Amino acid sequence: MNLVVCLKQVPENPKIEVDPQTGALIGAKGKLVINPFDMYALEEGIRIREKHGGKVTAITMGPPEAEEALREAIALGIDQVIRLSHPLFEGSDTLATSYILAKAVDKLEQPDIIICGRQTTDGDTGQVAPQLAEWLGLPFVSYVSRIENIGDRCMVVSRMVDEGHQIVEMSLPGVISVVKEINVPRLPSLRGLMQSKKVQIPVWGVPELGLDVTKVGPAGSPTRIARVSFPARTSQGEMLQGSLESQVDQLIERLRAAPE
Amino acid sequence: MEYFLNEQQKTIKGLARRIAEERIVPVRAELDEKEEFPWEITKELANADMFRVFIPQEYEGLGGGCLDLCLVVEELSRACGGVAISYAADALGCLPMIHHGSEEQKSRYLPAVASGKRLTAFALTESSAGSDASNIRTTATRERGHYVLNGTKQFVTNGGAAEIYTVIAMTDPTRGSRGASALIVEKDTPGFSFGKKEKKMGIRASATRELVFRDCRVPEANLIGKEGQGFIISMRTVDRSRPGVAAQAVGIAQGALEAAVEYARQRVQFGHPVSSLQAVQHMLASMAIELEAARAMVYAVARTIDSGAKNFTEVAGMAKVFASDMAMRVTTDALQIFGGVGYMRDYPIEKMMRDAKITQIYEGTNQVLRNAIALELMKRKAKRP
Repeated sequence: MNLVVCLKQVPENPKIEVDPQTGALIGAKGKLVINPFDMYALEEGIRIREKHGGKVTAITMGPPEAEEALREAIALGIDQVIRLSHPLFEGSDTLATSYILAKAVDKLEQPDIIICGRQTTDGDTGQVAPQLAEWLGLPFVSYVSRIENIGDRCMVVSRMVDEGHQIVEMSLPGVISVVKEINVPRLPSLRGLMQSKKVQIPVWGVPELGLDVTKVGPAGSPTRIARVSFPARTSQGEMLQGSLESQVDQLIERLRAAPE
Repeated sequence: MEYFLNEQQKTIKGLARRIAEERIVPVRAELDEKEEFPWEITKELANADMFRVFIPQEYEGLGGGCLDLCLVVEELSRACGGVAISYAADALGCLPMIHHGSEEQKSRYLPAVASGKRLTAFALTESSAGSDASNIRTTATRERGHYVLNGTKQFVTNGGAAEIYTVIAMTDPTRGSRGASALIVEKDTPGFSFGKKEKKMGIRASATRELVFRDCRVPEANLIGKEGQGFIISMRTVDRSRPGVAAQAVGIAQGALEAAVEYARQRVQFGHPVSSLQAVQHMLASMAIELEAARAMVYAVARTIDSGAKNFTEVAGMAKVFASDMAMRVTTDALQIFGGVGYMRDYPIEKMMRDAKITQIYEGTNQVLRNAIALELMKRKAKRP
């Protein structure tokens, strides 16, 4: 079974600053880590391989610093990593990014399952995974919280929805995005860490991927940020007054009065 | 301080710390309260290759030395002395095999130990043989290609949890300490059962249990070294493992010092954090000074052993005595800085003090080790007056 995990390096501190003039996210400051949701994707990839055999490849699009994220993936037990980078990639939005990722997945040896985190903690759009599936022409299931069963050419997964869980059968190859409920990511191993320091990480750019340059970078990015604003806090808690006993009585009364 | 650790040692220390902080700290109070063996954490340590650290490379280990092992024990002890000793006792249990075992024994057992699938334990102590380790009563009588074991071993760390035991028994009771031999005994061997599970003051996450042998037949091939070498193998084994106990003491003290500094900075009395009081500052400074001195000594002794030194009984004992006495003082003072809440089980500091106490007792009491150190001093003077 060939598995591909897409990951992104993000700032560890999730506090987001926005350039007040352009509305763009201000570049990363401080320590960079693997996007927390992608950790669950990596773990699930490794677990599927442990159960069904095969190989897990992790890909990321990013500058040379992103090698650190790929080395961590190796330390966790990922078999192969590839960094996608080219000067023309700079300024790619989610559509251009997913196009580049799709071309990289296409170049890999017949992947069966492509696993992504549900969203990143910096951009927070959750768009890349479904867009990637669209470019690849593959089925996509989001918010997967459990893989029930993997068959010959299909897979049954449980996904989180507002009201509970939905069981979905999807054909393979396919793309899924996972939520944090799916697993508890492991820590790296010593042998993995030592190997990760030695490994040479291949870089694929425009020529290696045979990309249409009008689909990458600003040229391939239709997203225009008109304005970024923070939502005003609307819901407010109410503080009950009086002694503890009277507060409890008031609370019970409110709960009784509340609509079912 | 710069201790000039190599790349592998830095990696080992870093990962051990991560496991300690992410996986041990959240559960240490519960493990202590329930006196539960840390199976989940053992699995984490196995997955992280921690049990490979002290196994030679030929047997699927990482070939690390005494210092590498000390680094892991120190970092785990910083979070929980009980978890750390369960790990360290696994190293102790297979040290006799690593240094004195046959090629066949090593290739049969060590790969499973390296992977963490099978834990080991070392069984020397008996009710009448504590500091007087040569006074053991368990016998191993040779009989048609087997040794037949009879007797009871006491206070065996990892007892019950381990699957592979190195047991010291008398093959020739008439020869005293020269009649002892070291045998590998596997769990589930008929005639081998577990006795009393001890209820301890500290290191309560670790398993301490009696081993009971009643006509337990062990193949001759399980003899480590030769008949009669059991006592000397035991003494060389504890010489190698004492820096590990010293590292445990350093780790416990490190955890206590960090907790005390943090608490002193946040505890406000008389309108100021107690860390602004010179009485508290001097206590913290003395703790830090002693702790760093002990760490430097432990690392230096571990490096001496790793350099291939022939006789390190004296220095290994020195490191164990110095570090464990230090840990007892540091944890006591750390608790003092916490004041009343430190005495309560809601805070981790009283556990650290309880855990520290054992380091002055096991693998040679600090008194018996001082005897050995003094003896070396006298012998040297006698040789070169």
